[in-house]
Amino acid sequence: MMMQMVLRRIAIGFATLIVVSIIVFLATSILPGDVAQIILGQSATPETLAALRAELGMDLPAYMRYFAWLGNMASGDLGISKAGGATIASLIGGRFGNTMMMAGFVALISIPISIALGLWAAMHPGTWLDRSVTFCTLSLISVPEFFIATVLVLILAVELHWLPSTAYMTGDENFFQLMKALAMPLITLVIVVSAQMIRMTRAGILNVMNSPYIEMAILKGVPKGRIILRHAFFNAIGPIVNVIALNLAYLVSGVVIVETIFAYPGLAKLMIDGVQTRDLPLVQACAMIFCGTYVILILTADVASILSNPRLRQPK
Amino acid sequence: MAEETTAKKEEEVLAQLDSFAELPDAPPKRRLKLSWVGKLAVAVVAFWLVIVAIGPYIAPFHEMDMDGDDSFLDAHSNEYGTFYLGTDYLGRDTLSRIIFGARNTIGISLVATLFAYLMGITLGILAAVKGGWIDMGISRVNDAILALPTIMLGLIVIAALGSSIPILIGTAAVIYATSVFRIARALGQDIMVQDFVEAARARGEGVWWIIKSEVLPNAAMPLATDFGLRLVFVVLFISSLSFLGLGVQPPASDWGSMVRENLQGLTYGSYAAIWPALAIATFTIAINLIVDDVSAKSGGMLAKKMV
Repeated sequence: MMMQMVLRRIAIGFATLIVVSIIVFLATSILPGDVAQIILGQSATPETLAALRAELGMDLPAYMRYFAWLGNMASGDLGISKAGGATIASLIGGRFGNTMMMAGFVALISIPISIALGLWAAMHPGTWLDRSVTFCTLSLISVPEFFIATVLVLILAVELHWLPSTAYMTGDENFFQLMKALAMPLITLVIVVSAQMIRMTRAGILNVMNSPYIEMAILKGVPKGRIILRHAFFNAIGPIVNVIALNLAYLVSGVVIVETIFAYPGLAKLMIDGVQTRDLPLVQACAMIFCGTYVILILTADVASILSNPRLRQPK
Repeated sequence: MAEETTAKKEEEVLAQLDSFAELPDAPPKRRLKLSWVGKLAVAVVAFWLVIVAIGPYIAPFHEMDMDGDDSFLDAHSNEYGTFYLGTDYLGRDTLSRIIFGARNTIGISLVATLFAYLMGITLGILAAVKGGWIDMGISRVNDAILALPTIMLGLIVIAALGSSIPILIGTAAVIYATSVFRIARALGQDIMVQDFVEAARARGEGVWWIIKSEVLPNAAMPLATDFGLRLVFVVLFISSLSFLGLGVQPPASDWGSMVRENLQGLTYGSYAAIWPALAIATFTIAINLIVDDVSAKSGGMLAKKMV
């Protein structure tokens, strides 16, 4: 039964990916001009235009072009960038690694911090400590990422001269230099993601704390710390895994801003450049990678909550 | 004498009527009591709304005037006037640009949120009332759009269509209508199964009457709370796009693009990038604090849970 639920959820996730690909394809092919015209310029004769259209497959109906595009994408052929004519796969290659490295570091740092702080705040509900954590995180999630980044640049780079204000990498620096270059974008993303995660962890634990078996434990006289760590925490693991996956998905929009502000050579920066030069094949490929990652992370979150909640395992 | 007694009686009746208001089955008066943090937040939001309304008339300079002697100056005066917050990278007065920018940032976001609400509530209530394949159809499309990061959707649309204010408003409205739709549909479904709707139906009231007199008034409060949250998201969305250089285009001023333009000034110790960022922060934090205050004290929890 549980297996069936999980499989059904995975099937829905797959269907979502297909719909996403349709949205990306449609949105980027309703462009008024056509690619052949852009490539050949104003001086093109009708014959050469028609020839290039046939070569690019532009004379086919939209659904045929969609399937061809999807097939190419699935087999790893991401097409050719309009600017410069390099293959998109070669443009994306190293950039993808950079973005994944950043996301990995952010996850490694922010997950333990957030769970610890969320637990800590939940253990002292209503105290000034809890209230200040709640206020700070609420403020942090209501400001744009670039606000946090700008203030950090002002403090850490301009006033204190501790860190460089751009994440410039040459590719042959040692670990310490790499960390120094990455520090600013990392700190920004950790703050952004942690604020959200702390709030959700706290809410998750407090939610469990309202259940009857916790009341029982309190009446039995179990010490508070033990109640949270032994009774509440294990039952909140499901929601917390859910929170982690959701927030890693949230990183997708965070990296777009942070990579731009610190000129970090990642996938999001590449995509923004693509949007600015209206390099649609490049935008399509990047959008599919980001949206695919996002859908998979949300899927993971849902499966985790199905697996951890016995009541969800049995659909009514 | 007789007149006096009638007057006295009238008074008595009136006094009795007054005491009826105190009876337990009289509906409790709805009054919003805010904490001092909430009141401060209301003042901040009201301040920015006033700036949006009268900004261009009180700004010391025009947003596009280059009256400063040089770029990235600290606060100082010259023969044209005083630059209270210094000048930006082209020597324009930062304070005036923030005042003009309020119109773009808050104005565009407000219009987009209103459109999102119009679309989301209409479709949501329609789906809840009609049900069946209409509900199925709208909900599936809605889920697909909700399954994508908002900034990605914005980037895809702008890559295809370019950036202009109508496109920004339309994109933000459609993207955020999806979450409004979900809330409106859930609220509508909850209300449609209540006894008073059943009673109205039995009386023979039409669908439109039920929507107008039963569903909308009962959904109003949670939706109003959610409006604040949605507005914050739209402000963040629009200013993030502007920050990326893909939103409001120069030379018009917008808080997001002002941060981008003046970022390089940070290294010379200029605060021209900090002020507009701070303006966004005060506005969004204040709205969130109000929403937090209101939902802690009233039944707005549903909207909060569904975010």
